[in-house]
Amino acid sequence: MTYIEFLDVYGGRLIDGTIVTIYQFFLATFVAVVAALTFGLMRLARSPVLRAVAVAYIEFFRGTSLLVQLFWIFFVLPLFGITLDKFTAGFLAVGLNMGAYGAELVRGAVLAVPKGQWEAALALNMAPHNRMRRIILPQAFIIMLPPWGNLIIEILKGTALVALIAVADLMFEVRQINITTFLSAEAFGTAIVIYYVIARFFVTPGMRGLERLMNRRIGKV
Amino acid sequence: MEWRWDWVWELAPRFVDATGKTLIAAGGGYTIAIILGLVFVLAQRTPLLPVTLVVREFVELIRSTPLLLQIFFVYYVGPQFGLTLSPWTAGLIAIGVHYGAYLSEVYRGGIESVPKGQWEAAKAINLPIVTTYRRIVIPQALPPAVAGMGNYLVGIFKDTPMLSVIGVAELMHTATAVGAESYRYLEPYTMVGAIFLAVSLPSAFAINVFEKWVRRTLGMTK
Repeated sequence: MTYIEFLDVYGGRLIDGTIVTIYQFFLATFVAVVAALTFGLMRLARSPVLRAVAVAYIEFFRGTSLLVQLFWIFFVLPLFGITLDKFTAGFLAVGLNMGAYGAELVRGAVLAVPKGQWEAALALNMAPHNRMRRIILPQAFIIMLPPWGNLIIEILKGTALVALIAVADLMFEVRQINITTFLSAEAFGTAIVIYYVIARFFVTPGMRGLERLMNRRIGKV
Repeated sequence: MEWRWDWVWELAPRFVDATGKTLIAAGGGYTIAIILGLVFVLAQRTPLLPVTLVVREFVELIRSTPLLLQIFFVYYVGPQFGLTLSPWTAGLIAIGVHYGAYLSEVYRGGIESVPKGQWEAAKAINLPIVTTYRRIVIPQALPPAVAGMGNYLVGIFKDTPMLSVIGVAELMHTATAVGAESYRYLEPYTMVGAIFLAVSLPSAFAINVFEKWVRRTLGMTK
């Protein structure tokens, strides 16, 4: 079987898998951003209880493997009466895991906003939530965008694990193709190229574009 | 569902054994990664532009595609061309190459953090290139690299469960096997999580201490 024939027969399944991977990627990124903002800001809260909750979340998700968390959410949570379908369990596990890394980025970026900005907001008698929303967060956002670029690639890579709980993503499809045809180089090689193209030609330029856009909006060119 | 301590104790010997295998896999993979990372970074610093570009792109490719996929690739593609690898060999190669790519970036960051004047001074007093690296560049590149290297040591440990998919009998593999035998997943998967936390949190702390020690020893405290 030539490679062209291979693509002819299995191209449809590869495309279906890629679409599922992209869905998982977007949903996991959404969960990660929400979790990172929530727990990253909680980590900086004055209340020790909020801080402790955030530390527990961050250390737990950074201290164990994504695969362990995914299996735990999918196989163990149902025993406590929380049953998630595999698609939801997949992006939720990836998102919560990466959100813990993201929370540290949020914390670092907020702390990296120059002290004068905090003091100026205070001097203008801004309410704390206004100070955060209008002064600190927009600047922190710019500071943390470059490391988020790396994290988002990690999210894309992380979604490959959902294949192990039988979500029919790209990884799952090529594994099935490999089992039935033993055309391993073609199947896995094509998948590697697809992931690479998504990361290198869509995600990375997308993040660069977002950095430029945000810098312009805040008046730094 | 009841948590059964008696069963946990019954399973303990198997999990201790599997933890040992997980640590061996992480250590073996890391050793390969340390050496390969050095190869990748030095290959990017040769005067040959095509070599630099090819290695650079290869490192990018490895870093932006899933490790799971790379593990499958190494394990299954060999036999197609008559080269059969055991799960352990294939797993260590895959994880070693993957983290070698990451470590090469850490080394690169370290080397680039050495001020240009240091290179020029070494050149001015006619130091051979090997001595320049050994006596001037590496001692200064090391402290900023130690933190990154430590993070990836913990990272490689946390990625070893992926080796279970090709049948390396580490922790995750053992937990899945136990679950399949008994139809109870609560204890095995929770134990795996607890073992990972018990190893990775203290390691992260130890690495932090070690990094400070390296900085002090090399006289680079700020």
